[in-house]
Amino acid sequence: MDWKRFGFILIIIAVLFGAVVLVGSVKQHPIIIIASMLATTIGVATPLTLGALSGIFCERSGVVNIGIEGMMLTAAFFGWLGAIYMNTILGVSPLPSLLIGVVIAILSSVLMSLLHAVLSITFKVDQIIGGTVINILAVGITGFLNRQLFFEKGSIFGGNVPHAPGTLPIIHIPVQEGIQAICNATGNSEGCQIVANALGKLFDQQPIAITAIVLVIVTHFVLFKTRWGLRTRAVGEHPRAADTLGISVERMRYWNVLIGGLMAGLAGAYFTLESVPSFEPIMTNGRGFISLAAMIFGNWTPFGAWAASLVFGAAQALQINMQVFRDVIPANLAFLQNSYVVGLTPYILTMIILTGIIGKTIPPAADGQPYEK
Amino acid sequence: MLRSKISNLLRIFFANWVDSLLVPLLAVVTAVVVGGLVILAVGGNPFAAYIGLFQGAFGTPKAISETAVWATPYIFAGLAVALAFKGGLFNIGAEGQLALGAVIASLVGYALPDWLGFDLPAIIHVPLAIGLGALGGALWASIPGALKAYTGGHEVINTIMMNYIALNMTSYLLNGPMKDPNPQNVIARTPEIAVTARIPPLFDGFRVHWGVVLALLAAWLVWFLLWKTTLGFEIRTVGANPDAAKYAGINVKRTIILTMAFSGFLAGLAGTIEVTGLNYRHELGFSIGYGFDAIAIALLGKTHPLGVVLASILFGAMRNGATRMQFLTQIPVDVISVIQALILLFVAADAIIRYVYRIRSRGERVVLTRGWGG
Repeated sequence: MDWKRFGFILIIIAVLFGAVVLVGSVKQHPIIIIASMLATTIGVATPLTLGALSGIFCERSGVVNIGIEGMMLTAAFFGWLGAIYMNTILGVSPLPSLLIGVVIAILSSVLMSLLHAVLSITFKVDQIIGGTVINILAVGITGFLNRQLFFEKGSIFGGNVPHAPGTLPIIHIPVQEGIQAICNATGNSEGCQIVANALGKLFDQQPIAITAIVLVIVTHFVLFKTRWGLRTRAVGEHPRAADTLGISVERMRYWNVLIGGLMAGLAGAYFTLESVPSFEPIMTNGRGFISLAAMIFGNWTPFGAWAASLVFGAAQALQINMQVFRDVIPANLAFLQNSYVVGLTPYILTMIILTGIIGKTIPPAADGQPYEK
Repeated sequence: MLRSKISNLLRIFFANWVDSLLVPLLAVVTAVVVGGLVILAVGGNPFAAYIGLFQGAFGTPKAISETAVWATPYIFAGLAVALAFKGGLFNIGAEGQLALGAVIASLVGYALPDWLGFDLPAIIHVPLAIGLGALGGALWASIPGALKAYTGGHEVINTIMMNYIALNMTSYLLNGPMKDPNPQNVIARTPEIAVTARIPPLFDGFRVHWGVVLALLAAWLVWFLLWKTTLGFEIRTVGANPDAAKYAGINVKRTIILTMAFSGFLAGLAGTIEVTGLNYRHELGFSIGYGFDAIAIALLGKTHPLGVVLASILFGAMRNGATRMQFLTQIPVDVISVIQALILLFVAADAIIRYVYRIRSRGERVVLTRGWGG
């Protein structure tokens, strides 16, 4: 584990949180602020984390994937389409519709990643261009089908956007009840009550958000503790050596790109099935690229990428909260009122990180190189 | 002797012809066929659609003028990406550079006479608006160039980040200090630029303006720069093999920064020409998608200036004709994006085209980009 990098990232998050607490504490209790910021942070970080994991699987095996954005968009659209189709046309109840939507989202993204694999592994097309193809294709297909299916008369949904079956339900983890019990036992002070409410809200997360965190741990384990992971890394670092030892470079790369597609698909499902119950053209809005930045930021490690995704989440939480507290921002920090200025934070941070100021990021040695026997 | 010479010449010519013309052409044809199948699959008539598309693009003098209007920014932006490719750099940031150029050009266009207190003659005002806007784009692009040269930070991520920064900045400016103060205006746009800052139309009654001539001139200049100057040779050498370039005594860092600056200059021009020649103001959101279209155009044109011009005309014609196609056949204009993506797919993966049409490869692979570079 790259502790220096991890520590640096945690310090950035702490600074972002600290700024909001300092400004907002005259209006709200710090614990409430922190809990609400954490909730935003985790929400924003979910698709970024999954996107970064997608990138890690691909690139650890030696395939650069800048098509994550397109895979997410495809998944977001088809997942949404599938859920709506199930719900309104086939009359399936909302929750199973949504779950089938998630499966369809993942399948569509895996299909896109298969295209990337065929292009970059079999046809040895320049991988960055293969990814660009996927991005442009995704915008075209989803935009076209969105208009054709939902806005044209005579289409299956009859020319109007049907009612969506809602979003994935919150999975309730009884933290609030637990703390409440402690509060009751210790005289039920006001502070304890605040903690119980804040933490209760924080632990009420939706399934994809929880899955993302589980997958970070799983990915770490798979990459660094299993034979599969060792082979994946071998193929990404020194494919010829791996080949000599009898590992099929092509097969390993194919599987890892497909697993990457699975992760990106889950990230896409987040947009239309967990975050909001609707689809907008180009709604992923660059989140795929930011997850690539998070992957590099985290030096191609699952925990690093997760922490980096949290930085982007924290920056977003900063932006939102500065709008909430805009009337109590001191005059000498007036620039914080400007959401455009605050909105620049993650992008500028990324560029600073990329300069190698906290240690050079080292991509897998064979990243981006087609393997020729 | 003579005969073998001629056959050699023919072979060179033929090989080039196959690679630089036949394969892209077949890619376009294949994409059009597959696109037709997509139209068929959603219940449309592909022939009616393509006839409508062609009519809308070239059917009348007005249609041709509009196709040229569409193609103009595509040529500039496509050249920007193509030039960067030649230097071994992938500029995904054309969109941001373009937006910045457009913002500066409109600022110079509407505010400069007020600041000076007198009207500038058009012969000074127009070049000033265009030049400063393009310089803005150049500066914007040279930042990721410098980061690449001195720290190794990859230009793909950095130009994408710079896109978001540019987008945030323009949103701020167009919603705030530079917003059109006209009380009827509710959208994020600048005031109209002064009449003296406008590029005149080529013909009366048509929207096509002298910008298209500038675009063709720019294409020739890029060709001249790349193949007739020392700097162009250096750019291409760094693009082909930076290590070899270094040992040959070429200043690689300087070349990388200059390549990005030139690229950003061209992308900036795409924005400034739209402002000074067509819209007479910058409006938020007009530039969305140009960056990716520019990449597709540069790849379709095989990163050669002439190819970029041809690809721009094709893309411009498709965008322009799509409206008439939708009017005639009710097929959404978005199908154009699908066809364009397919074109790019088949051009980028020319192995597929070669496989389908049994065209032998010349065995050499042109490297456009190189991983993350570390």
